[in-house]
Amino acid sequence: MSVVAQDVEAPLAVGRNRRFRLLRKRFLRRPMAVAGLVVVLGFVIMAIFAPLLAPYSAGHTDFNAVLAHPSSKHLLGTDDLGHDVLSRLIWGARASMLVGVLSTVLAMVVAVPIGMLAGYYRGWLDTVVARMTDVLLAFPFLILAVGLAAILGPSLMNATLALGIGTVPVFIRIARGETLALREEDYVPAAVLNGANDATIIFRHILPNMTNTLLVQATLTIPAAIVGEAILSFLGLGVQPPASSWGTMLQEAEPYLTQAPRLAVYPGLAIVFAALAFNVLGDGLRDILDPRTTR
Amino acid sequence: MSAEPLLEVNDLSVRFETDEGPLQAVDRVSFALAPREVLGIVGESGCGKSVTCMSLVRLLPETARVSGSVVFDGVDLLALGMRRLQRVRGRQISYIFQEPMTSLNPVFTVGDQIGEVLRRHLGLSRRAARRRVVELLELVRIPAPKRRVDEFPHQLSGGMRQRVMIAMALACDPKVLIADEPTTALDVTIQAGILDLMREVREELGTAIILVTHNLGVVADIADRVIVMYAGRKVEEAASEELFAAPQHPYTVGLLGAIPRPGERRERLEEIPGRVPAVAAPLQRCVFADRCRYSDEVTLTQIPELRPVRPGHLVACFHPESERVAAA
Repeated sequence: MSVVAQDVEAPLAVGRNRRFRLLRKRFLRRPMAVAGLVVVLGFVIMAIFAPLLAPYSAGHTDFNAVLAHPSSKHLLGTDDLGHDVLSRLIWGARASMLVGVLSTVLAMVVAVPIGMLAGYYRGWLDTVVARMTDVLLAFPFLILAVGLAAILGPSLMNATLALGIGTVPVFIRIARGETLALREEDYVPAAVLNGANDATIIFRHILPNMTNTLLVQATLTIPAAIVGEAILSFLGLGVQPPASSWGTMLQEAEPYLTQAPRLAVYPGLAIVFAALAFNVLGDGLRDILDPRTTR
Repeated sequence: MSAEPLLEVNDLSVRFETDEGPLQAVDRVSFALAPREVLGIVGESGCGKSVTCMSLVRLLPETARVSGSVVFDGVDLLALGMRRLQRVRGRQISYIFQEPMTSLNPVFTVGDQIGEVLRRHLGLSRRAARRRVVELLELVRIPAPKRRVDEFPHQLSGGMRQRVMIAMALACDPKVLIADEPTTALDVTIQAGILDLMREVREELGTAIILVTHNLGVVADIADRVIVMYAGRKVEEAASEELFAAPQHPYTVGLLGAIPRPGERRERLEEIPGRVPAVAAPLQRCVFADRCRYSDEVTLTQIPELRPVRPGHLVACFHPESERVAAA
C-alpha cells in the first residue's frame, strides 16, 4: 500500500503534554482551587519538614513560661505545661496529614479491588458486598470510627486504621458503581475481542477510567479523616501525649477555655483550614477533570 | 473460492431467555467462509445478523443459549476453553464494531491501545510494538502516523478512529476479520474510504472478511457472496452479482425494491409491509409468510428448507422468483 502521509517528526508523548497543559490552564482559572492547593501544599511541607520548621520539639516544656502570651520567644504562646504552641501545631500537622492520607490510601487499597470485583462479576459476590456496604454505611462514620478505635486501643496507628475502615464502604460503593457503568462501555467488548482476559479488562481498561473519580473522592475523605483524627484524639483515642496532634491540643485546651481561649483557637483554625483546603481542591479537580467542562 | 473453507458454521442457533419469555434470535444458520473471501450478511435490524457474528467469537451474554458448531482451523470455537479462545480472538479472528466513537478506551493513546494487542499476542517489546503500530497506522492510511500514535482517541475524528480500530484488528495479521456495520456510524464520504480500505486489506493481506450491514449498496460494492437473513433464518445465499441480478426470495426482492435509484422517479419507494417478527420458538412455517404477497396454505404449514435454484444460489422459499416466472 502506498504511503500517502508525510511523516512529521514529533517529540514523544505530545498528546499527553497537550492534555496536561489544558488541565493546568483550566486549573489556573479557578482561584479557589489554586488557593486550596497552596494551603494543602503548605500543610504537607509543614508535616514533612516539621523538625526543621518547629522552634522546639513537641514535648519541650518551658516551665518559666506557662500559659504565656505570644512573644518573640513563643510566637503563639505556650500551654499549661509550657509547651510551645507553634511547635506543637507544626508537629501536629504531621499526625493530621499522616492520618488523613494514610487512612484514605488504606481504604482505597482495600475497597477498590473489592468494589471492582463485585461490579465486574456481579452475581452473589456483588449482592453480598453491596448489602454489607449498605449496613456499614448505615452507621455514622464517626460512631463507627470511635467504636473501632475503642476496640483497637488508643494510638495513632489504630486511629488511622479505624478511620480507614470507616471509609472503606464509601470507596467500595464508588468503585462498584463506576465498574458497573464502565463495563458496559464499547471498548470493553472491543478489548475482549482482541483477546484480553478479565484481569486486563479490570486493571487496564476499567481502573484507569475511574481514577478521576477516586482522586476527587480522596480529597473529600482526607479532610473527613483529619477531622476524625481530631475527634478521636480529643476523646483520648488517638495520639498519645507527649506527641502532638491538633485534636490532642484541643483536648488539652479545653480546661483553659475561659483563661486562654487562643489555645483552642489555633488548632481549631488549623483543622478548619486543612479540611477546607482539601475540599476546595477536590471541587476544583472535579470540575477540571469533567470532560464536559469547556473552560 | 472452492478451497477448503476457513470458517465453517453449522446449524448455529441462539436463544435468549428474557424476562418476557424466550427469544429465538438465530435459527439453524449454516455457512462457510473461504480464504480471501468477502461474505456479506444483510438484513433488517433485529434479523439476527449481529447476534450471529457475536456468537462466532462467543461475545454473547451468559443468558444466550448457543448450539451448533463454528469450526475454525479444525477446532470448534463454541467448545473451546477460555484461554485458548483468548488466543484466537484478536490473533486469528478480529472484530470491528459499529461505534468507532466509543470503542477506543479514552485514557490511552492510540499507540498504547494497538500496542497492547501486539504485546499480548506476539510478545513484542514496547519499542517493537510502537514501531509496528506506526506501520499499521500507515497501512490504514492515517496521515502523520508518527504523531498520531501518541494521540488520544478524543483527538481523532470518527473516520480516523474507525481506521484505528481496523489497524488494531489487523495488528496480528488475522485470517478472518468480522466487521459489524463498520460504516454505519460514519459520513457517506468517510464510508467510501473505509470500504476502499477493507477491499485493500483483502487484496494485500488476503484476510477473509465477514461484513455485516443493512446497507445493500455496501454489500454490492465489496462482497463476493451475500447471505440474506430474516427473523433469525438464512433465507437466501448467492454470489453478489447473481443476487442483485436475479433475487429469488420475495424478501430479497422487497429489499432491493426499497432502494432509491437515481433517475427513476417514483411517488414512493416500495416497502415491505409489516415488520420483522420477534420469534419465541422456531416457527413451523415460513417466517416471512405474514408479510409475503405469495403466501398460501403451504407457507403457513411447512418450513421452507434451503434449496439450490441454481448452482451456488440457495433460497428458502416455496415460491422463488424464477419458478413463479416460469409458471406464469
